[in-house]
Amino acid sequence: MKRILALALGATALTAAPAFAQDVTITNARLVLGDGGAPIEGGTVVVRGGSVVYAGPAGGAPASGTSVDAGGAWVTPGLFATVTTLGLADVSAVGETNDITAGDSPFSAALDASTAINPTSQHILVHRAAGITRAATTTMPSGSIFAGQGAIIDLDGDTNAVMQARAFQMINLGEGGADRAGGSRVAAYALLSAAMREAQALVGKAGIPETTEIGKDDEVLLSRFDAEALVPVVTGRQKLYVAVERAADIRAVLALKAQYPRLDMVLVGATEGWLVAREIAAAGVPVIANALNDLPETFEQLGATQSNAGRLAAAGVKVALNASTLRDPRRLQQAAGNLVALTRMPGASGMDWGKAFAAISSVPADISGMGGKAGVLKAGALGDVVMWDGDPLEVGSVPTRVFIGGVEQSLENHQTGLRDRYIDLDESDRPKAYDW
Amino acid sequence: MLSHVKERARIGAFATLVSALALSACATTGSAGDTGKADMMDGKDKAFAATAAGEPVFPSTYKPFPNIATALKGATIYDGKGGTIENGVVFMAGGKIVAVGGPDTPIPADIAVFDGTGKFVTPGIIDIHSHLGDYPSPGVEAHSDGNEATSPTTPEVWAEHSVWPQDPGFSRALANGGITSLQILPGSANLMGGRSVTLKNIPARTVQGMKFPGAPYGFKMACGENPKRVYGGRGRAPSTRMGNFAVNRETWLGAIDYANDDKAKRDLGKETLVGVLKGDILVHNHCYRADEMALVMDMAKEMGYKVSAFHHAVEAYKIGDLLKENDVCSAIWADWYGFKMESYDGIMENAAFLQREGACVVIHSDDQDDIQRLNQEAAKAQKAGLRLGINIPDAAVIQWITYNAAKAMGIEDMTGSLEVGKMADVVLWNGNPLSVYSRPEKVWVDGALMYDALNPKTRPVSDFELGQPGEGDVK
Repeated sequence: MKRILALALGATALTAAPAFAQDVTITNARLVLGDGGAPIEGGTVVVRGGSVVYAGPAGGAPASGTSVDAGGAWVTPGLFATVTTLGLADVSAVGETNDITAGDSPFSAALDASTAINPTSQHILVHRAAGITRAATTTMPSGSIFAGQGAIIDLDGDTNAVMQARAFQMINLGEGGADRAGGSRVAAYALLSAAMREAQALVGKAGIPETTEIGKDDEVLLSRFDAEALVPVVTGRQKLYVAVERAADIRAVLALKAQYPRLDMVLVGATEGWLVAREIAAAGVPVIANALNDLPETFEQLGATQSNAGRLAAAGVKVALNASTLRDPRRLQQAAGNLVALTRMPGASGMDWGKAFAAISSVPADISGMGGKAGVLKAGALGDVVMWDGDPLEVGSVPTRVFIGGVEQSLENHQTGLRDRYIDLDESDRPKAYDW
Repeated sequence: MLSHVKERARIGAFATLVSALALSACATTGSAGDTGKADMMDGKDKAFAATAAGEPVFPSTYKPFPNIATALKGATIYDGKGGTIENGVVFMAGGKIVAVGGPDTPIPADIAVFDGTGKFVTPGIIDIHSHLGDYPSPGVEAHSDGNEATSPTTPEVWAEHSVWPQDPGFSRALANGGITSLQILPGSANLMGGRSVTLKNIPARTVQGMKFPGAPYGFKMACGENPKRVYGGRGRAPSTRMGNFAVNRETWLGAIDYANDDKAKRDLGKETLVGVLKGDILVHNHCYRADEMALVMDMAKEMGYKVSAFHHAVEAYKIGDLLKENDVCSAIWADWYGFKMESYDGIMENAAFLQREGACVVIHSDDQDDIQRLNQEAAKAQKAGLRLGINIPDAAVIQWITYNAAKAMGIEDMTGSLEVGKMADVVLWNGNPLSVYSRPEKVWVDGALMYDALNPKTRPVSDFELGQPGEGDVK
């Protein structure tokens, strides 16, 4: 873990503090720290050298660099979107642009999302304009139960989006994994067990991995390179994100800790988590929860309710919101806002505003190994600051200014180009193609 | 009438004796009062016959549930047609809206009165594009009944024959979305997907128990990528956009021939197409790209029909003037973009730019989750306009998901706005419905209180959910 963190900070230093980083002091803000607390009226943020040096009530620190009067506007840390595919596809239905899945590849756990992230993907530009400054992005399970290794990225659109490559491995141990393992959960667990044993056998060994390839017909379910990629998982140096929905499946996953004590697990989805909330809390396993699923869309989601995240949090589970079951990650703000709405509904469980905001900022950052660095405004954090035109959890609110690592970002993209062109339909002088 | 129709249905399928052109003007889902023909079993020449074409079949059995005269006082009212009344009164009785007005609106003394102070009232929300029941939850293969995509044109299929009334999605749409009416459309893999059905969002044992009495049928068509991909992939036409148009035009010409042929055998598909040509069945055309919508409108002119609404009209903003001129609504998402090539130019300003041109905007879901938040989707689109100085009042935004949807579905004389004599389809919200923080508190359908957030026993539980984890839970 230490090694990976060191690498991450090294990468950060490269990407987040270029010559363009500006020192800036934002005052008179409705300031959200991202730590779960309530907004601070009239707050101040000071960013110096690409990092936050102060965030809190006015007068707590000397001003530095350019002064910005927020005029009472909401100012927050950048949102941290977790379990996204940002940068891995241009148009998901256009196969040649899509690096999210690779069902025909013989590799699974060995897949490394960081090799293919496009830092100037339109989805990255669009989501940056929605206030998301960092994200966990990953390939998705296709040929096997293992999705491959996800990366932590920034959305600043410079030459290198990757802050931390191979930050986590993801595996599906629900219906999806069962299907990919050959047709049953039993098969998925057998494959997992075999994979972990192969990986264990490779711990401490260098050179070409010598393990048995596991295949079925002409498909490879686990190659020796996949086994090697799982070494950091069995040794606890790389997090294992487990996509799982059903209460019984969650229990089975939690039980893996007894078998593999060094596993550093995170549950993803966990639609029926509320049924086993105390067990999850006791295991100390964080959850990247589906926020708004309330339909028995599959038999592993029979108990689906929008109150799941709130109930998990109330039981003491660390809860971030899952971007992968939303239409797009930019809907995280809406999902969090809906959790606040639930606090007003009799019988429902939601989150108060501060906790809901933290569930899309500091908590997912913390789960991603970026605790204290991303999704939060405090001394020492990355200089990711967003100023909004309204309540950031209200539908339709958008950033007016976005800083990533102290660098002010362009909010332009393909969509804003279209917006500006079609602000009217006037073609009396020339066709629209000349209007840009 | 019901027993009559049941008897007819049993009689059989020798339809050739019945003129295919007996397509009366009644291409509706039917309601009480329809009359049948004389029994053809009588007489010397015994003959079998189905119910004549155009006469109501699978008629609605929906009846409003018992309701008590109710008034909502003190709320902000968005009437569905762009009007706002502060501190208003809505009075409903006998399943109908009896009065709507300001604080002085008289109401009888002995009725149920709810204090709406700080709350908001809208007409029941209407989703013009849903697949609930046809692609129900759980979304297993055995439930995948939404698209008879075995041929590029299947005008003969009717979505209502696939609706599973036990889909738990209906109840979520009611409780979280305030949905009181919705149109269930066939899927978009083929050019002509079949007839849609409009439902009241009422739990029922049969689809007939949900059918919106008197609603016209819709007809689902689809442009663009889906049909050419699906059939091109099977090595048959259409495999291109020009193939899409060729197959469509040939099919319309066949329908015109059929309509002009007194001796033609009954043909279910052509009956639907002729219903479209006569204006009794409304066309709902899935179409993303602006250039294709323009071509479809010209095809409609060529063949003599009208498009009621383009659905998923992601690029409608590029031709708002043309859509206005042709009086075609655009049923759109607020923020879906970039998931397929024809959605690449999706922008949040789509609705606002259409509104700027005076074109008809409808916000739709096409999704079992988004149908629970059409109000929030509409709010996103509103704010995108506001940022550019296009200020669309809240009440006009609510019209996108009430009256405009009703208009494009042909039910605007019955529901979609709070006007005297209309169905008492009403939602009381616990805050401004254009805020993420607001939810329906109470939902009335035809004056009957079908959901009350304050009373757990009013959460509908489908048969499927009984005895399962979370039965009756808040959802």
